[in-house]
Amino acid sequence: MIILGSLFMLVAALGVIRLQDVYMRMHAITKASSLGIVFYLLAVIISCFSWNTLIASVLVMVFIVATAPVASHMIARAAHMMGIPMSKGYVMDHLRRDLDKNKTEEENAGVSGGLEA
Amino acid sequence: MIPAPNTVLSFALNFSLVCLSLTYLAALYRLIRGPSIPDRIIVIDLVASATIGIVLTLIIITGETIYINVALVIALIVFMGTVAFAKYLKKTVKND
Repeated sequence: MIILGSLFMLVAALGVIRLQDVYMRMHAITKASSLGIVFYLLAVIISCFSWNTLIASVLVMVFIVATAPVASHMIARAAHMMGIPMSKGYVMDHLRRDLDKNKTEEENAGVSGGLEA
Repeated sequence: MIPAPNTVLSFALNFSLVCLSLTYLAALYRLIRGPSIPDRIIVIDLVASATIGIVLTLIIITGETIYINVALVIALIVFMGTVAFAKYLKKTVKND
C-alpha cells in the first residue's frame, strides 16, 4: 500500500515536470496525488488500526476526493479566463465558445436596451 | 512501533520518503520555472499532498496515530487556500 501510494505521488511529480501546459499539469496533480493519499490512508488504517484512526482516515479520504476536483476545476476556469494559451493539439474548446456566445448575447441585449431607451 | 531494519515494511517506508522528497523537488522546479500564476498555485496542491504523505508515513514509522489530525487539518486549509486563489484570479481578470 505504501509503495503504491509512493508510486502515484511519483507519477504526479513526473507529470508536473514533463507536461506542457497548465491544464495537463492540473490533470496530473489532481488525480494522481489524491489517489496517492487514499493509498497512504489505507496503509495507515491497516498498520495501526483503531476506531479513532479509522474515522479520521475515512474523513480525510472523503474530503480529499470531494474537494480536489472542485479546486482544480476552479483554477482551470480562472486560468482559461486569464487567457493562458493552450499548447497545440487540443481539438476543441467549449468554454471559449460558450464565453464568446454569452458576450455577444450581452452586447446584443445592451444594444437593444439602448435603442428602446 | 518502529519497524525492524531490512524488512519489507522498512523498505517501503524508505521508498516512500524518497518518492515524497522527489515530489517536493519537482514542485520546487515548477515553482521556479512556472510560466504563469496558475502553475504556481497548483504547486500548492502538490506540496500539500506530499506533506500529507509525509505525515502519514511518520504515523506508520512512529505509531503515534494522533498525528492523523494534522493530515485532516492540512487537507481542510489547503482547499480553502486554493479556492481563495481561484477567486482572486477571477477577480483580477474581471478588473482588466
